[in-house]
Amino acid sequence: MPNINNQEILNWQAFLKIKAAESKDKRLSHFYNASTYDAETKVRDIDFVALDFETTGLDAKKNSIISIGLVPFTLQRIACKEAKHWFVTPEDKLQEDSIVIHGITHSDLKGAPSLLRILEQLLDELAGKVVVVHYRRIERDFLHATLRGLINEGIIFPLVDTMQIEADIQAARPKKVIDWFKKPQAVSIRLGSSRTRYNLPTYPPHDALTDAIATAELLQAQIYHHFSPDTPINKLWL
Amino acid sequence: MEVELLEIRNFISQYPPFDELPEEALIEVSKSVEISYYRAGSMIIEFGDKIHDLFMIRSGVVEIYRRNGELYNRLDQGGVFGQMGLLTSNKVRFPAKAIKDTLLYCIPENIFEDFCERYDVFADFVEVEGTIRLQQAVEDNSDDANSLTTSKVKTILSGEPVMLASTTTIQDVATTMAEENVSAALIHDPNLTDEGGDSFVGIITQRDLCAKVIAQGLDVETQVVEVMSTELISLDHNAYIFEAMLLMLRYNVHHLPILKNKQPIGLIEVSDIIRYESQNSLLIVSSIFQQNSIDDLVLLSHQLKDCFVRMINEDANSHMVGRAMSEIGRSFKQRLLELAEEKLGPPPVPYCFLALGSMARDEQLIVTDQDNAIILDNEYQEAEHGQYFEELAKYVCDGLAACGYTYCTGDIMATNPEYRKTQSQWEECFADWIDNPNPQALLNCSIFFDLNGVYGRPKWAEQLNAFILRKAKKNNRFLACLARNALNRTPPLGFFKDFVMEKDGRHKNSINLKRRGTAPLADLIRVHGLAIGSQSQNSFDRLEDIIEAGILPPSKGKDLQHAMEFISLVRIRHQALDIESDQEPDNNIEPENMSDFERRNLKDAFLVLSSAQNFLKFRYTANSMQQGK
Repeated sequence: MPNINNQEILNWQAFLKIKAAESKDKRLSHFYNASTYDAETKVRDIDFVALDFETTGLDAKKNSIISIGLVPFTLQRIACKEAKHWFVTPEDKLQEDSIVIHGITHSDLKGAPSLLRILEQLLDELAGKVVVVHYRRIERDFLHATLRGLINEGIIFPLVDTMQIEADIQAARPKKVIDWFKKPQAVSIRLGSSRTRYNLPTYPPHDALTDAIATAELLQAQIYHHFSPDTPINKLWL
Repeated sequence: MEVELLEIRNFISQYPPFDELPEEALIEVSKSVEISYYRAGSMIIEFGDKIHDLFMIRSGVVEIYRRNGELYNRLDQGGVFGQMGLLTSNKVRFPAKAIKDTLLYCIPENIFEDFCERYDVFADFVEVEGTIRLQQAVEDNSDDANSLTTSKVKTILSGEPVMLASTTTIQDVATTMAEENVSAALIHDPNLTDEGGDSFVGIITQRDLCAKVIAQGLDVETQVVEVMSTELISLDHNAYIFEAMLLMLRYNVHHLPILKNKQPIGLIEVSDIIRYESQNSLLIVSSIFQQNSIDDLVLLSHQLKDCFVRMINEDANSHMVGRAMSEIGRSFKQRLLELAEEKLGPPPVPYCFLALGSMARDEQLIVTDQDNAIILDNEYQEAEHGQYFEELAKYVCDGLAACGYTYCTGDIMATNPEYRKTQSQWEECFADWIDNPNPQALLNCSIFFDLNGVYGRPKWAEQLNAFILRKAKKNNRFLACLARNALNRTPPLGFFKDFVMEKDGRHKNSINLKRRGTAPLADLIRVHGLAIGSQSQNSFDRLEDIIEAGILPPSKGKDLQHAMEFISLVRIRHQALDIESDQEPDNNIEPENMSDFERRNLKDAFLVLSSAQNFLKFRYTANSMQQGK
């Protein structure tokens, strides 16, 4: 991450304002100008957008994005009608082993646009909303790295990471007496496993849009179970 | 960019009413749903709220309530709710609550309205929910004096259970069981004190002796503790009989130890429950034979309706009801014949009184007319004996009519001289029907192919049946004619569509479930039965034989069984409802008295009948043409 971490950004609105002024790329300054919510806004009043990338690997510096799924939602409803899904031409070569994972093949990507061509559309979808991901190291890092490669400028904005929320909840879980006799076992906080704890259905993984919807559902569930509609957004975003 | 919401489309497509919609409709829904999560215990919609979506449960459990808070329905994955509110000015009529963590697909009202216009199946599905009258009626009934639910198990215990020590040898256990004439014994451990009934450790049944001892070739000197079942399923003596029944079904056990203060005080067998359940109808049968005049029989016949209703409230299946009602009907006939012989003197020549049609098939219900005939001895002389049998037939048929078995409108009764024939005349008659088949002639005589000897020389009926089977089995022209007649009455498939078209809430039309359902089913099952030479008469028994003979496509036989059972049950239940609301029971069912469940399943059952008729047409007409060449 470029010289910031989430602890340092105490005021996202002010931060985005500075970024808007600094940005040379029109699309980016436009995006930053849409700003974000006041830190005290209740989650019931927030427009979220769940975002998921499928990538050719896990290293943002070496690998690239091959598909993007997103779906806008609120605490009440996930709007499938407004869902978006793109395949994009990877900057690096599509590896055979990632074909196995995503089931995305060369022919799917044939004729797919480069991310640059859909960038404006993508940023419009995200602008002004609170982006929700499961495991921010992928979406935040890949988007940042890809934009640096394409327009020589990174991107940073507030995110809600349902995996981080799940990790915090699991860490804070009171230990029962019986747990002292058990071997300590790491609880899985992957998307699928986290969802089962909220009795959410199992979906086939590795489709960017399905994962985005799955993430949106998970956040709704997490808030209803561990927070409340009145929780301020600054408790959740990073 | 084309967004594909395959996951949602695939889910929705599995459940009614969406499972019958075309692909483009499924894609349309999947693209417009909104998803919403509800934590267990939270309200989804409250009474009087505005409602603008149809809800479909993706996962979880939802309970729907009446306005007074009573539970109306419990839905899970794939369940749909909210349609009542959407149809009635967008106000929630039935509040809904998530009972488990629930994920909902919310389908916007513009799609809902559009689909109601465009797709009959959709409109059909969502608009009938309002028909709750019958459902309520059925629910109310179940609270009534249902003896299985109100009687306790202790009332049917017949004595102390046989109790043996766990050290007893298998040989001794078997000997004791044989001596005591029981099919199971309880085992106690003599080393344990009997405090708190803790010494009761197992049960041994005939089934155990067979499966664990004989089948395994186990030494009979082995101690019983080695083979007894230790997973003890037992019940307190204050439990209800229906609980015993449920427990036995759930664990698939045939014996249930009954405990009092944890001490076994008895053992219930499946047969005890069955005996208890059919007691009422058996009681009627035995009292029929104690009546000494037609007037007394008429009085007794008034109890028939109660007995019928009671069996249904005790959840008897159609097979049980049909069998009991037919047995009662036969008993009336037999007693009337005894009374007739007392009055007219002994018969001049031997005879066999026949039951035809539903009674012969053991499928009689409460609304039934009498179909009967007489087989006379070959020595019979018209001039000499004619008058005796005319009077006998008149006495019996008039008696039956007085007891509620109305005269046959087609005049297929023993009072018709046509249907009093000697053994050889009957054989000639059947030979003519079978060898020179003519659809018109066969039209009215299909019920003669279901015949059963009730009184006199029942053996003659069996002989006649065997004769018919021999002749009919390989006679394709005859079978083709019979098959053609079996196709005359078709299921009312269009009925469901018309019903939806009328929106004023009044429905003049009704379906006759006998004429359009059970009768054509029985007809087509009879054709297959005759084709394979099945000796059974009952439709379910015939179906068993037909399935075994393998002439139906796989699983079609089972489908037919379910269809027959379901249509019969609906018919039976509606007759019971008519009786209870002091109306004359009939075979008609009006759509507004049907529950959603019944409608949907009835439609499925009619579809099964329809496809079975197509198969019948194909199978027998095709064969007869080949033979014709």
